Amino acid sequence: MRRLFGFNLLTAVVLGIVGFYVGWLLGHQIHGKSIDYFGDTGQNDIALFVGYFVGVVGFLVGLGFANYPVMRMLGRPASVREKETGGVGRYFGLCTDHKVVGLQYLVGIGVFIFIGGLNAMLIRFELLTPNEHAWNANNYLTIVGLHGTMMMGMMTSGILGPFANYLLPIMIGARRMAFPRIEALTFWLLMAAGVILMTALGFGGFPTGWTGYEPLANQANWGMDAYIAFFALVGLSMALLGLNMIATVITMRAPGMRWGRLPMFVWGSFTTAMLMVLAAPVLISTLLMVSLDRTAQTGFFNPQIGGSSYLYQNLFWIFGHPEVYVLALPGMGILLEILPVFARKPVWGYRLAVSGMLGITLLSWLVWQHHLFVSGINADLRPFYMLSTELISLPTGFIFVCALGTLWAGRIRLTVPMLFCLAWIFNFLIGGLSGVFLSDVPSDVTTHGSFFSMAHFHYTIMGGLIFTFFAAIYYWVPKMTGYMINETWGKVHFWLMFVAFNSTFGPLLVIGFLGMPRRSVTYAGYLEGANQWVSISAFVLGFSMLIFIANFVYSLVFARVPAGPNPWGSKSIEWQLPSPVPVQDFDRIPTFGPDPYPYGDGVAVPGRPAVAPARPTP
Amino acid sequence: MSSNARKGVVVAAAVVLAAVLIGVYVAFLTITPTPYSPTAASAAPAKSVHLTLQTVAAVGSKLSPNPNWVSYLTMENGKWVRTTVWNVPANTLVHVTLYQFDGNSGLRNPFLSQARGLVGGTFTLNGKAMSRIPPDDASHTFAIPAFDVIVPLKGVADDAKNQCGYAPCSLSNAHNTITFTFRTGKKGKYRWQCFVPCAAGFVYGFGGPMQTIGYMDGFINVV
Amino acid sequence: MSSDPGTAARGGHALRIALITVVVTLVALPLVIWVLGPNMPPGKATDVAKAQVFSNTVMLVLMTPITAFILVYLGYVLVVFRVRGDDVSRDGAPIRGNMRLQVIWLVATTAAVLFLAIFGSATLLTSNGSGGGQGPKPLSKPSGVALPVQVIAQQWEFTYRYPTYGGVETPQLVIPVDRQIAFHVTSLDAIHSFWAYQLGVKADANPGVDNVAYVKPKTVRTFSIRCAELCGLWHGYMFDTGKVVTDGVFAKWIAAQQTMFREVTRELPSYAKYYNPDPTNRAG
Repeated sequence: MRRLFGFNLLTAVVLGIVGFYVGWLLGHQIHGKSIDYFGDTGQNDIALFVGYFVGVVGFLVGLGFANYPVMRMLGRPASVREKETGGVGRYFGLCTDHKVVGLQYLVGIGVFIFIGGLNAMLIRFELLTPNEHAWNANNYLTIVGLHGTMMMGMMTSGILGPFANYLLPIMIGARRMAFPRIEALTFWLLMAAGVILMTALGFGGFPTGWTGYEPLANQANWGMDAYIAFFALVGLSMALLGLNMIATVITMRAPGMRWGRLPMFVWGSFTTAMLMVLAAPVLISTLLMVSLDRTAQTGFFNPQIGGSSYLYQNLFWIFGHPEVYVLALPGMGILLEILPVFARKPVWGYRLAVSGMLGITLLSWLVWQHHLFVSGINADLRPFYMLSTELISLPTGFIFVCALGTLWAGRIRLTVPMLFCLAWIFNFLIGGLSGVFLSDVPSDVTTHGSFFSMAHFHYTIMGGLIFTFFAAIYYWVPKMTGYMINETWGKVHFWLMFVAFNSTFGPLLVIGFLGMPRRSVTYAGYLEGANQWVSISAFVLGFSMLIFIANFVYSLVFARVPAGPNPWGSKSIEWQLPSPVPVQDFDRIPTFGPDPYPYGDGVAVPGRPAVAPARPTP
Repeated sequence: MSSNARKGVVVAAAVVLAAVLIGVYVAFLTITPTPYSPTAASAAPAKSVHLTLQTVAAVGSKLSPNPNWVSYLTMENGKWVRTTVWNVPANTLVHVTLYQFDGNSGLRNPFLSQARGLVGGTFTLNGKAMSRIPPDDASHTFAIPAFDVIVPLKGVADDAKNQCGYAPCSLSNAHNTITFTFRTGKKGKYRWQCFVPCAAGFVYGFGGPMQTIGYMDGFINVV
Repeated sequence: MSSDPGTAARGGHALRIALITVVVTLVALPLVIWVLGPNMPPGKATDVAKAQVFSNTVMLVLMTPITAFILVYLGYVLVVFRVRGDDVSRDGAPIRGNMRLQVIWLVATTAAVLFLAIFGSATLLTSNGSGGGQGPKPLSKPSGVALPVQVIAQQWEFTYRYPTYGGVETPQLVIPVDRQIAFHVTSLDAIHSFWAYQLGVKADANPGVDNVAYVKPKTVRTFSIRCAELCGLWHGYMFDTGKVVTDGVFAKWIAAQQTMFREVTRELPSYAKYYNPDPTNRAG
C-alpha cells in the first residue's frame, strides 16, 4: 500500500492528466491577432500543444525524473528509489538498472506494436472491397496514419530499446550504460508518446499518413497536433537513446574489447545509434516548423505566402531515409550475431560486414531524394540520386555475402531463432530487389506511391526487422527472464508467419505494379480478387501473432521451464552468466580474448567445458 | 487458489480487458451516419424523389459539437437534421430544393461556377433558370464528381437584412432558393462534396467541415 | 585462411550449387524475357510506357541469376549442412573469410550497380523523362512541338486546361493519338499526384509549381487516372478516366468543349504555369 504513494507510474498518470488540463487552460489564455481564427475552427491548437507538453512534464515528474536534479540543487542527497535492486515494483516506475529498462521496453513496445498491428488488420478489412464498406471515410485515413506512425515510432527503438539496453553493456563488459537515468527517460518518453498518438482519435484523427506532408497537414483537424507531439517525443527519445549507446560503446568497453572485437550486435547498435543521433534533430525541427504553421500562421510550407511544399518533403526525407536504415541495421546486427551460434562458425568476413554497416550508415544520408523522383525536383538531380540509391545496395550486399558465408560448412541447427534469421535472408532479398526497381527512375514513375513501394518497405522493415525482432525474442528472452519459450509453438508461429507474410506482401508487389495507389480507400474493380487474397493472408498473419502472444504468456507465466545459463550453446559472453542476469551483471569485469566468435577452433572458452549442457526441452 | 489458478485469472482478465478495449475502438470507428431515404414525389410520372436541403453559415451547438462550422442540413420528416448520406434508387430523377443561407466566399477555381450534369442543363435561382453564376458570388457548391454533376450555390449579399445566425434557419431569414434535378445511374456508393473553400479558419478553406462527412461532404448511395 | 581438412571435399558442394544455379537461370530467363517481359506493366500504350517496360525487363533479367544463386545456395546449405538434435560438442569449420571471394563479390556487385545506374540514366534521357514529372525545367525534352495540356489538381478533382485552344478548361481529359503531349501538372491547394496508369505518366502536383511530363500515346484507348499523393478526405475517390482518340475526334471534342464552356472561360484567370489562389481565402 505504501508503494502506491510516491513516485511511480500511478502518480505519473495522475500528474500527467492534471498537467494536461493545466496546460490546456494555460494555452487558452494565449491570444493574438494571428490566432484569432481559432474561434472559427473551434480547435485551439495552441491549447492542445501546451496541454500535451505540460502533461508530459507532469508525467515525468510523477515518475521521479525530477528528483535527482531538484534534490541536488537543494543540496540534499537524492533518493535511491531508482536504484532499487529487487521487486516487481521496479518495472512500474523509474529504474536505472539497464536490465529493467530493457524488459520495460520489450513489454511497452510490444503493447503499442500490437495496437499498430490491429490497425493494419482494420485497413485490410476495409480493402476487402473496392468501395468503402467498413469505416467512415474520415476514419480510414486516420487508421492508415495510426498504423504507419505507431509502427515507425515504436520500431525505431524496437531493437535498441529492449535488447541493446539489456545486452550491450554485458557484451562489452560494462555493468551499466553511460547514462542510466537518460536510458530510463527514453523509455518513458516513448510510452508518453504512444498514449498521445492514441488520443489523436479523440481530436478528429489526422489525414496525412505517417509522412505528415504539408500543406495538407496545415489544413488538418487538431488530431494532427497529436501526431506532431508523438513524433517530437519519439525523436527526442531516439536522439537520447542513440547518444547513450554511442557514449557507452566508446567509453565503457572492458579490457580486451577492442573495436575490432566488438560483437556484430554491438556494431549494429552502434551504427544505428549514429544515425539516430543525427537524424532525429532534423525531424524535431521540422515538426516545430509545422506546429508554427498550424498555430501562428507562419508560412514555412505555404507557397502562396512565401514557403514551399518541397521544403517539407526534403526535410522529412532527410530524416526519413536514415530512419529506415535505423530500422534495417539492428536487424543485420542480430542476424550476424545469431547465425554463428546456430551454424557453429565464426562470422564470415567480419571486417567486410562491419564495412557494410558503416557504408550503409554513410550512404543513407545521400539518397533521400529518391522519394521525390516524380515530384518536380530539378531533373538534373535524378541520375545522381539513382546512382547513390543503387550504390547503397553494395554495403547491403556485403551483409548478405557474410551471412551466406557463415552458413557454409557449418553445423546448422534449425532452432526458432535461426529460422527467423534465415527468413530475414529470404525476405530482405525480395525487399532489396524491389528497392532496385524503385531506385530506377523510369520504373519508379509507375511504382512511386503505389502498393509496390508499400510492399517493398514492408518486405525490408517487416520481413527484415520484425523477423529478427522475433529471433531476438526467442533467443534472448531466456537470458532475460530465465525461462524458455516453447519451441514447438515457436515453430508454428514462425511457419504461419513466414508463409502468411509472403502471401500478403508478395501479391502486393504485383498489385502495386498494376496501378493501385497507396492510402486509397477505393481501387479498380479488377483488383478485388487479389486484394481479398491479400486481406485474408493478412488476417492469418495477425493470427500468427496471437499464437506468439499466447505462447509467450504461457511459457513465461505458467510453464516456466528454467533455461539455465546457456541453452543455445553460445560462446558469447552473456551466455556465460546465469539466467536471468543477476543485478550486478558481472561478479568481476571480464577481460576479452581476441575472437568474438571462437567457433570452429575446438577451443572452449577458458574454464568451461566444450560441450554445452543439454538444452532443457519444455 | 493455487498459484497457477491465480495467474490464470489475471491473464484471463487482461485478455477480456483487451478485447473490450478493441471492441470499443472498432465500434468508435464504425460510427456511420444513418442514411436518409428521400421519398418519391407524389403524382410524378417518371421515377423520382425529392430532397430538401439547406446550407448554413454556422451549424450551432444543438446540431453539432462544432457550432461555428458550416454545414448542409437535410429536411427529414419536417425537421432539419444534419445528415449528408442519402439512399436513392437507381435510374431515378432526384429533384433538389436547396435554401442557401450563407454569405459568399468565392470559388478557388472559377471553372466550377458553371453547372454541369443537370437535367435540362440549368438550375433555377430564386425562380430564374440559369446555367452559371459569377464565381465570386459562390457560397457553396453541390457536386457529385462521379456523375459529373455540379451546381454553384449563390451566396446571400453581405448587406442583406435578417441573416441567419445559428442553424436551423427559417425561411424568414435572408436566403437564396435554388432548385435542380439530376438523374442517378447504376447502383453504387458515390461521394458528393462542396468545392468552395468555405471552412472558416482552415488553410485553403478546405479543412474541418470541408473534410468531415456530415457537414460539407457526404454520400449518395444508389441502391 | 581455413585450416580445416574439409575444404577439398567441399569443392564438390560449390560445383553442385553452381550447376543448379545455372540450370535454374536457364529455365527462368526465357520465361522472364519472352513470357513476363512483353506483359510487364504498365503496358505498351505510349512511348514512355514502352521505355518503362524495357527498363523493367532488363532489370528483371539482371536480377534472375542473382536471385537464383542466392535461393539455390540457401536451400542447398540448409539441406546439406544441417544437423538434427542439439549436439554442440562439434563446431563447424573455422572459416573466417575468403579474400578472393570477397573481392569477386565486390567487383561483381559494383559492376551490376554501375550498369543499372548508367542504363537507368540513359533510358531516362532517351525517353523524354520516361513519363515522370521533371519539374518546371525539364532536362530531357522531346524535339518538335508538343501539345500542352495543363492538369489542375484540386481537392478533390482533376480539371484540365488546354492553353492552345483558348485556355478552355474541361472536366475530362482527352488527348490525340500519335502527338507529343506535354502535361503541365499543378495544384491549387495540397500536394496531389497525377497518375495516368496506362500512359505511364506520373507527376506530382505541387501548389505554385509547374511540373512537366512528356508522353506520346500510340494507341487509341481509355486510361485510368488516379491521384497518387494523399491529399485529404476524398483522396481515394479522386479518380478519372481519360481517353486517347484520333485527331479528328479530338478536334471535334475540343470544339464542343469550347462552345459549352465559352462563358465560364471568360471568368477564368488567363492561362499561367501555376496559379496562386489565396490560401487564407476563408469564409466569414
